[in-house]
Amino acid sequence: MKKTIITVVGKDTVGIIAKVCTYLAENGINILDISQTIVQGYFNMMMIVDTAKASKRSAEISEELKELGVEIGVVIKCQKEEIFDMMHRI
Amino acid sequence: MINFFEVAETNEMIDKENLDVRTITLGISLLDCIDADLEKCKEKIYQKIKKAAGNLVATGEEISREFGIPIVNKRISLTPIALAGGACCRTPEDFVSIAKVLDQAAHEVGVNFIGGYSALVAKGMTKADQLLMESIPEALACTERVCSSVNLGSTRTGINMDAVRMMGGIIKKAAELTKERDSMGCTKLVVFCNAPDDNPFMAGAFHGVTEADQIINVGVSGPGVVKTALEKVRGENFEVLCETIKKTAFKVTRVGQLVAKEASRRMQVPFGIVDLSLAPTPAIGDSVADILCEIGLERAGAPGTTAALALLNDQVKKGGVMASSYVGGLSGAFIPVSEDQGMIDAVQAGALTLEKLEAMTCVCSVGLDMIAVPGDTKETTIAGIIADEMAIGMINQKTTAVRIIPVIGKGVGENVEFGGLLGHAPIMPVNSFGCDRFVNRGGRIPAPIHSFKN
Repeated sequence: MKKTIITVVGKDTVGIIAKVCTYLAENGINILDISQTIVQGYFNMMMIVDTAKASKRSAEISEELKELGVEIGVVIKCQKEEIFDMMHRI
Repeated sequence: MINFFEVAETNEMIDKENLDVRTITLGISLLDCIDADLEKCKEKIYQKIKKAAGNLVATGEEISREFGIPIVNKRISLTPIALAGGACCRTPEDFVSIAKVLDQAAHEVGVNFIGGYSALVAKGMTKADQLLMESIPEALACTERVCSSVNLGSTRTGINMDAVRMMGGIIKKAAELTKERDSMGCTKLVVFCNAPDDNPFMAGAFHGVTEADQIINVGVSGPGVVKTALEKVRGENFEVLCETIKKTAFKVTRVGQLVAKEASRRMQVPFGIVDLSLAPTPAIGDSVADILCEIGLERAGAPGTTAALALLNDQVKKGGVMASSYVGGLSGAFIPVSEDQGMIDAVQAGALTLEKLEAMTCVCSVGLDMIAVPGDTKETTIAGIIADEMAIGMINQKTTAVRIIPVIGKGVGENVEFGGLLGHAPIMPVNSFGCDRFVNRGGRIPAPIHSFKN
């Protein structure tokens, strides 16, 4: 398993989750966990996904999701889990 | 499992507080490039750099994209060229021709600085050391990315005052040769006492002779992260203050450790060290001076500054040491003037003087850094400033450095613009009393008593 964290932040609108999930499904990325809140009209989502069977390289997925974010008008980040593990776990 | 809050905290540090990995520096040994023939030596050096560092920039960028952490610089440090070129260089011009090769190789592999145009002369100078030192002004004037450093003393050996005197003149000459660019040459030249072999930061990075053939060293940064963390504990006592710095330094360093290990794995080059430094940039919110203000000073330079910097430096180390398997380099808070907006403001407000900066270097990780002084400052005065700084390093068993820029044609009150990460600086006044008879004595200052540990 290769865990990656996807975060989506931006103004709430119809179909954000749908578009992100469609991209993930098309690229063989499995969703393990989703949590989402809306704070003062701002959409905040964190997904934990498994990219072990993904059809593309991590850096490429990260770039494409960033572009998708620009299309929808939100900021999408895709980061390998290790950076958070390193920082917050001893 | 990682939670929402932790992810948000990390990304906040990256997006809003300028958390980044300041540099991945690939150290390359040139000892196997030594040749009695200058052309052959240059060809070997060029080929070795191209081969070793060919994928350095691409690897750095890939890691940056995958983890979502900016990696600002990719750089190379080399075996001191006085050693690598000593067998074939007969004149300073020969050394300059090597510098041009380094510059070309740096451009081709895409690194923004290449360090190691250096000589280690803490106790004495060989003929090659002397030629290299003489060639520094020209080498820095005709190249863009080559960085030069000279180690002038150590706790073990004392201070080579002949070399100190010589560097006073060389710094002045480097300033002259680049006077139409605000004496830019001097921004790429630093002199040290107790220079570390594994420093990833420029301009002082070189690949020490005690190192392996190739090595990955990483320098982290994050003054903005520490500043923001301290905003939340305003008015609390020193225990809380110190704990907060320590915890923050730990988190910042962990990112450096991760990047260093990844870069090492992908390039199949051993991981050397993480340098736990708070390295500021001229960007707003990326300032060490701002941390000092957050600790409780009206401006950097106010009474209490040295104590505040001492505790900051110490807590950064304490937090960072546990976060990385190997720590080295300079590891502490940097206090450059031109590269730190808070420092610049403090100088302009009259709060920070050269003398106070000197006191601060007793407790920070390096020394007098990126300080612009009037262009008519005498060679011997520059040598005197260097000698003072070297003495602080020698006696306190720490690294100290001087990167000073006598800006030709400009005087106190004027400003100088270096651009980019090097920033801009107000020209600071220098004590006008002479020290000629002192620096012209010649010879060396003996090693201090506490160096005799055997």
